Amino acid sequence: MAGKVKWVTDMEKSVLINNFEKRGWVQVTENEDWNFYWMSVQTIRNVFSVETGYRLSDDQIVNHFPNHYELTRKDLMVKNIKRYRKELEKEGSPLAEKDESGKYLYLDFVPITYMLPADYNLFVEEFRKSPSSTWIMKPCGKAQGKGIFLINKLSQIKKWSRDSKTSSFVTQSTKEAYVISLYINNPLLIGGRKFDLRLYVLVSTYRPLRCYMYKLGFCRFCTVKYTPSTSELDNMFVHLTNVAIQKHGEDYNHIHGGKWTVSNLRLYLESTRGKEVTSRLFDEIHWIIVQSLKAVAPVMNNDKHCFECYGYDIIIDDKLKPWLIEVNASPSLTSSTANDRILKYNLINDTLNIAVPNGEIPDCKWNKSPPKEVLGNYEILYDEELAQGDGADRELRSRSGQSLGPKASRLRDAGRTVLTTWK
Amino acid sequence: MLQEESDLSLIIAQIVQKLKGSNLYAQLERQAWASLQRPEIKLESLKEDIKEFFKISGWEKKLQNAVYSELSVFPLPSHPAAPPEHLKEPLVYMRKAQGSWEKRILKSLNSMCTELSIPLARKRPVGEQKELLNKWNEMGTDEPDLSLFRPVYAPKDFLEVLINLRNPNYENGDSLSFRTHLGLIQVPLKVKDIPELKELFVELGLTTGQLGIDDSTQVPPELFENEHVRIGQKVLTEQDSAAAQQYIRQGSPTALRAELWALILNISSHPEDILYYEQLKTNVIQHDLLVDSLIYKDVKLTASNDDYYFVFEDYLYQVLLCFSRDTSVLSHFAYNSASPPKSYIRGKLGLEEYAVFYPPNGVIPFHGFSMYVAPLCFLYHEPSKLYQIFREMYVRFFFRLHSISSHPSGIVSLCLLFETLLQTYLPQLFYHLREIGAQPLRISFKWMVRAFSGYLATDQLLLLWDRILGYNSLEILAVLAAAVFAFRAVNLMEVTSLAAAEAVLADLSTLKVMPLLQIFLFATVT
Repeated sequence: MAGKVKWVTDMEKSVLINNFEKRGWVQVTENEDWNFYWMSVQTIRNVFSVETGYRLSDDQIVNHFPNHYELTRKDLMVKNIKRYRKELEKEGSPLAEKDESGKYLYLDFVPITYMLPADYNLFVEEFRKSPSSTWIMKPCGKAQGKGIFLINKLSQIKKWSRDSKTSSFVTQSTKEAYVISLYINNPLLIGGRKFDLRLYVLVSTYRPLRCYMYKLGFCRFCTVKYTPSTSELDNMFVHLTNVAIQKHGEDYNHIHGGKWTVSNLRLYLESTRGKEVTSRLFDEIHWIIVQSLKAVAPVMNNDKHCFECYGYDIIIDDKLKPWLIEVNASPSLTSSTANDRILKYNLINDTLNIAVPNGEIPDCKWNKSPPKEVLGNYEILYDEELAQGDGADRELRSRSGQSLGPKASRLRDAGRTVLTTWK
Repeated sequence: MLQEESDLSLIIAQIVQKLKGSNLYAQLERQAWASLQRPEIKLESLKEDIKEFFKISGWEKKLQNAVYSELSVFPLPSHPAAPPEHLKEPLVYMRKAQGSWEKRILKSLNSMCTELSIPLARKRPVGEQKELLNKWNEMGTDEPDLSLFRPVYAPKDFLEVLINLRNPNYENGDSLSFRTHLGLIQVPLKVKDIPELKELFVELGLTTGQLGIDDSTQVPPELFENEHVRIGQKVLTEQDSAAAQQYIRQGSPTALRAELWALILNISSHPEDILYYEQLKTNVIQHDLLVDSLIYKDVKLTASNDDYYFVFEDYLYQVLLCFSRDTSVLSHFAYNSASPPKSYIRGKLGLEEYAVFYPPNGVIPFHGFSMYVAPLCFLYHEPSKLYQIFREMYVRFFFRLHSISSHPSGIVSLCLLFETLLQTYLPQLFYHLREIGAQPLRISFKWMVRAFSGYLATDQLLLLWDRILGYNSLEILAVLAAAVFAFRAVNLMEVTSLAAAEAVLADLSTLKVMPLLQIFLFATVT
C-alpha cells in the first residue's frame, strides 16, 4: 500500500510535528482523508460522541481510547480500582488477600480516596478516625495542579457536605466534583525535597492487555524544602510537584528544570538503601501500573483504532512504598529544558514506531505485536497474550534482553497468581 | 639490608608516634584494661593472651586498618635527616613556584576584601545566628547578593602558572629532537609509559572481571557479578581496609560502595566524630567568613545547575562551610606542597603573635571546588558521615589537584603524563591539534582538576573514583583523559580550531569509563 501517511493534529507541539515530518508524512486537515490524528482529549470526545461522532475507517488511527477517562479521571480511576479489588475478593483470588487490619496486601496502592460530595459522610467517618491527618482536595476534571488544595480541618470543606444549604454547590455536574485523598505526608525526601515520578506507559490494546513502559521516566522535584508543618499547607511550592506550578517558584532552574532521571533515582537508592529494596520498589511500581490497567480493561472500549500514551504520576513514601496518584491521558508535550525536549521527542518517536508500524499507512486490523527492534526506549511491561500462552515462560526469558529482565518473569508469574515468587 | 631495617624501624616509630595521640590508642588501652577481667587472660602469659584477645574481638583488625591508613596517606621520608620541607615537596623550584602562586591567591583575596569592604571574618550578631540555625537545612534558598564576588581563581588561571614552570637546572636546548616535549608542560618529571601503567593497573586487564564492563545487561550475572558481590560482602564483614582496597580495583557494587569507601578511608562514625561536626557547625553559626560567600557563589555556579547534583545543594553548604573552619585539616599541610595562608588581626600586620590561618582550614576554594563534594552525596545522606568522607578524600587525594608539586599524583605530573601518553601513542592527533592551536591539555585540564566530577555521568564517575581509592593514585585521571581523546580521535582529526575541538569534547556524559580505559591500556597496538 503505497502512499504517505496523512496526519492531523490539533496540538501545536514541535515534538509531534518534527516527528511527523521526519517520517515524510503529509499534513492534512481533519476534514480530509487522514490516517493518523494526534488529538487532544476534547477532540476524542467529539469523535466518539453520539451526536458528532463518526466511524473511523480501517486505515485511521487515533491516540486516545474513547473512554480513557475511566483511567484518567481521578474519581473514575479510584472507582474502577475499588470495583476490581472487590471482584478479585469475590473470586477468592490470592491477589486480593488482606492483612490483619483489613488492608489489601498487594492491591493497596491508591491512597484512601472519596468522591465529594457523594461520599461526604463516609469521608467524615474516616477523617474522624485520625483527625490530625491531612487530606488533599483535587478537582476531578482538571490538570496541571489547578484547583488543588490541602485541608486538615473539616470546616475547610464544609461546602461539599451533602446537607449544605449553600447554593454554590447545588449542581452535581461532574465538572464540579472533587476527590479527596489521604495526603501522603511522609514522602521519600531526597536532599530534603519532595518529588514524584512521571512514567510514560503506552497501551496498544486492552484486551488482550499489551502495554509498554518507557525506560526514561523522570522525577520532578519541588524547589522548596519539604515540611509537613501545618503552617505551610498553603504553600503549593512545598507540596505540589507539577512543573506548571514549580516553574513559577523563585528558585526554578531552567537548566535542569528540577528533574532527575529515573536512573539517577535508582543509583541513589541502591547506594543509600541497598539493591534488594530498590529492586523491590521498582517491581512494585511496575506491578501497580499493570494492576491499574487490568482494573479498567473490562470497561475500556478496546477500539482497534486506538492506542494511548499515559503519564503515570507516582509518589514514593519514606518506607519505599509507591502510591499511584493519577494517570494522565494527555501528558504534557511542552519542554521545560533542553534535555526535556530531547526526551519528549524520543518518546513520541518510539511511540509512533510502535503504534504505526514501519511508518506506513496503518491497518487497524494488525495484531499489534511490534518486533523487538522497534521498541526503542520502551520495554514490554505486560503482554497478556504471552503471559497466558503455554510456552510463555521460555519465550519471555528469551525476550528478557528487551523486557524487564528477571523481574519480568516474576511479574508474569504474578499474572498467573503465583505470588510467592514475586513478593 | 641494614638500611632497610633502619628505614623500617623509622617508619614504625613514626606511625606509633602518630597513633599514640589518636582515639584508637585510648580505646585499645581501655579494652586491654577491661580484658584483665576475662578468665582466659592469665598473668603468666599476659602479653600473648591480650594479643589473642585483640585478634578475636576484632580490635587487631581496627589497628591494622589504622596502620594501613597511615601508610597510605603519609609519605615516608627518604632520609632520616630530610628537613620537613622535603616531605612537602623535595624540589626547590616547585616549592618556590607554589609559594608565589599562593602569594598571588592571597593578594587576590585581600584585594577583593578591601574593594568590597568586607572583613575576612566577623562574628555574627545573635539575631543572625538564630536565623542561620533555622535555615541550616535550606541554605540554598538564601539569596545573598553575590554579584560582586568573583571566584578567587579558576582552573585555567592555575594552568597558566603550570605552563610557565621551569626547572632552572635543566637545559632543554633550543634544537628540536625526538625527545622534545610538544605539550604545554615543560618540566622534566618522570611519568609512566603504557607498559608501566599496565603493570600498575594490572587488575584492569582484559582477562579480569570489572564492574563497569562485566555487569552490563548483556552479561549473565553468574559469570562475574554475583561472585564479585559475594566477595565484597565478605570483605565488609571482615572489616579489612587493605582487602577492601584490593577488592575495589575491580569496581564496587552500588549497594556496597558507601561502606567500602568508608572502610578504605578508615572512617567510622563514633559519637566523637558527630560531636566534632556539630562543633564545626556551631563555628559556622557564630562566625561569618568571607570564604563563605565564595563557597555560596561556587555552589550556585556549578552544582546548582548540574543535572545530577542540584538536588543536594543544601548538603554542599553544610559540608563546605564546616570544612573551611576545620583546623584538623591543617595537619595535611605536612605533606602538601602548599602552605596555609596567613592573615593578621587588624592593625597587627607582620606580628607573628597575631597571625592566624585563613581560612581556618588553610584551603581557599576555587571555581568548581564544590564539585569534589557533590558526587559523595549520592552515597551518604547523613551530614557528619558525608563530611568525614569528603575531608578524608580531600586530604588524601584532592589537594594534589591544585597544588604545585612533583608527586606522581600531583596535577603537574598528571598533566605531563597526559601529554606524554598522547604524544607517544597518538602522535598524529597530538601534532594536528597543536597545529590548529588546540593544545590538548587546554581542554583536558579542567577534567583532571575536578577529577572528572560534573563531566561524567555519576555512575561512571563513581566507578572511576573506585579505582582512585583502589590504586591510591590519581594517575588514572590522566590515563582516562588520554583515552577520551583516543576515543574521539577520528572527529578531532577533522576539526580546524580550538573551539571546534572543545565542541567535540564538550559532552562526556555518555562515556563508559572502564571500556575506554581497558581499550586504551590493554587493547591498543603500541
